[in-house]
Amino acid sequence: MQLVIVDTGCANISSVYFAFKRLGVDASISRDGKVIKAADKVLLPGVGTAHNAMAKLQQAELIDTLQQLQQPLLGICLGMQMLTAHSMEGDVPCLNLIPSEVLPMQSAGLRLPHMGWNTLHSISEHPLMHGFSVIDYVYFVHSFAVAPDAYSLAQCHYGNDFAAVIGKDNVAGAQFHPERSGKTGARLLQNFLEWQL
Amino acid sequence: MLAKRLIPCLDVRDGKVVKGVQFRNHEIIGDIVPLAQRYAEAGADELVFYDITASSDGRVVDKSWVQRIAEVIDIPFCVAGGIKTVADAGKILEMGADKISVNSPALSRPDLINELNYHFGQQCVVVGIDSFFDVVSGQYQVYQFTGDESRTQKTRWLTRDWVSEVLQRGAGEIVLNCMNQDGVRQGYDIAQLKSIRDLCTVPLIASGGAGAIAHFSDVFTLADVDGALAASVFHKGIIEIAQLKAQLIAAGISIRP
Repeated sequence: MQLVIVDTGCANISSVYFAFKRLGVDASISRDGKVIKAADKVLLPGVGTAHNAMAKLQQAELIDTLQQLQQPLLGICLGMQMLTAHSMEGDVPCLNLIPSEVLPMQSAGLRLPHMGWNTLHSISEHPLMHGFSVIDYVYFVHSFAVAPDAYSLAQCHYGNDFAAVIGKDNVAGAQFHPERSGKTGARLLQNFLEWQL
Repeated sequence: MLAKRLIPCLDVRDGKVVKGVQFRNHEIIGDIVPLAQRYAEAGADELVFYDITASSDGRVVDKSWVQRIAEVIDIPFCVAGGIKTVADAGKILEMGADKISVNSPALSRPDLINELNYHFGQQCVVVGIDSFFDVVSGQYQVYQFTGDESRTQKTRWLTRDWVSEVLQRGAGEIVLNCMNQDGVRQGYDIAQLKSIRDLCTVPLIASGGAGAIAHFSDVFTLADVDGALAASVFHKGIIEIAQLKAQLIAAGISIRP
């Protein structure tokens, strides 16, 4: 199986690469549209700001490539946020693969960034969520989030509910960092590897 | 519910984990990678690696161990020590660290905090603060270059003022190391942490003084910190993380089992 990690030039690429390596998959890291198109599965990592990350995808001429993928595509953290229609972080249009919007977190006075281990709820039957339960903790670091909507596959509560995992057709994303969420995070990555459309 | 974090801190010198008492007399504890792996498997929520020699002797330090840790560790980790520029930080983040922590270089050049925030985002930028209670003035003061006793110096900053300054410059998390308590295992400096908590709008991590399980429950319940960092109690096996977590959970504190 050929897994390609899109080389967005952001910081968590090696963490994501090593996480798949621990699962026995040697991913390629590429910003070449042809390589990405030919992959069995594509992973979009991301750390930093939506504005910078979208600018990098544009420079690498990857917007169309990512929008036209038919194979499973998973975004992580900012990579997940880039799958949506729009981010209020820098007021920037995103890939619009999932018609949600990224907004500043409404944490009801709780401290931001939302940083640390938190639990999930409203977990759907989606193949990516196989084996997840409400007692599992995953690691979050973010100040912007997608509000729960029809595309939420799991939610998290921090002051208010927000979407922890989103999905539509061949595209999905996790707001948390599966590469840094211990065995629970590894389960999401394993589910992604096994995901058949 | 967001869990309080337990964070073993590994002080690194020349690629080995060391620990001193009140920042002095460092003894070698062991190799970094197996220790890091052991803590991750034991249930640590996060790890911090402080390269304690880096800022104080002004040389470029070999950081290849960062990547070796990233390969085996599946929990977040932060690297501190000797990060003076955006390029320094970028290399460490590329090697797989999740956050970088700055201390002395931020005191020498506070704009570094703004630059790190701009390039990597607030979530990556941790500011470590070494705070010492001066009995004569009755004030908490910030110290610099604490990795090397001969160069350790008091700065012009009172701790509260420096906390406000780094928040305004875009820090995403603060690690407050209470130097009077460091390594002596008499408990965290609850009074100081409480007073800083009131003005700290980002996650606050307590450091310095952990010696017993009660110290952890105290710092979470009395000072409402987001995480508690400790070194010697973990390295010396005085507290087992699993037992610590079980007792904190029993005390009603939100902890990842």
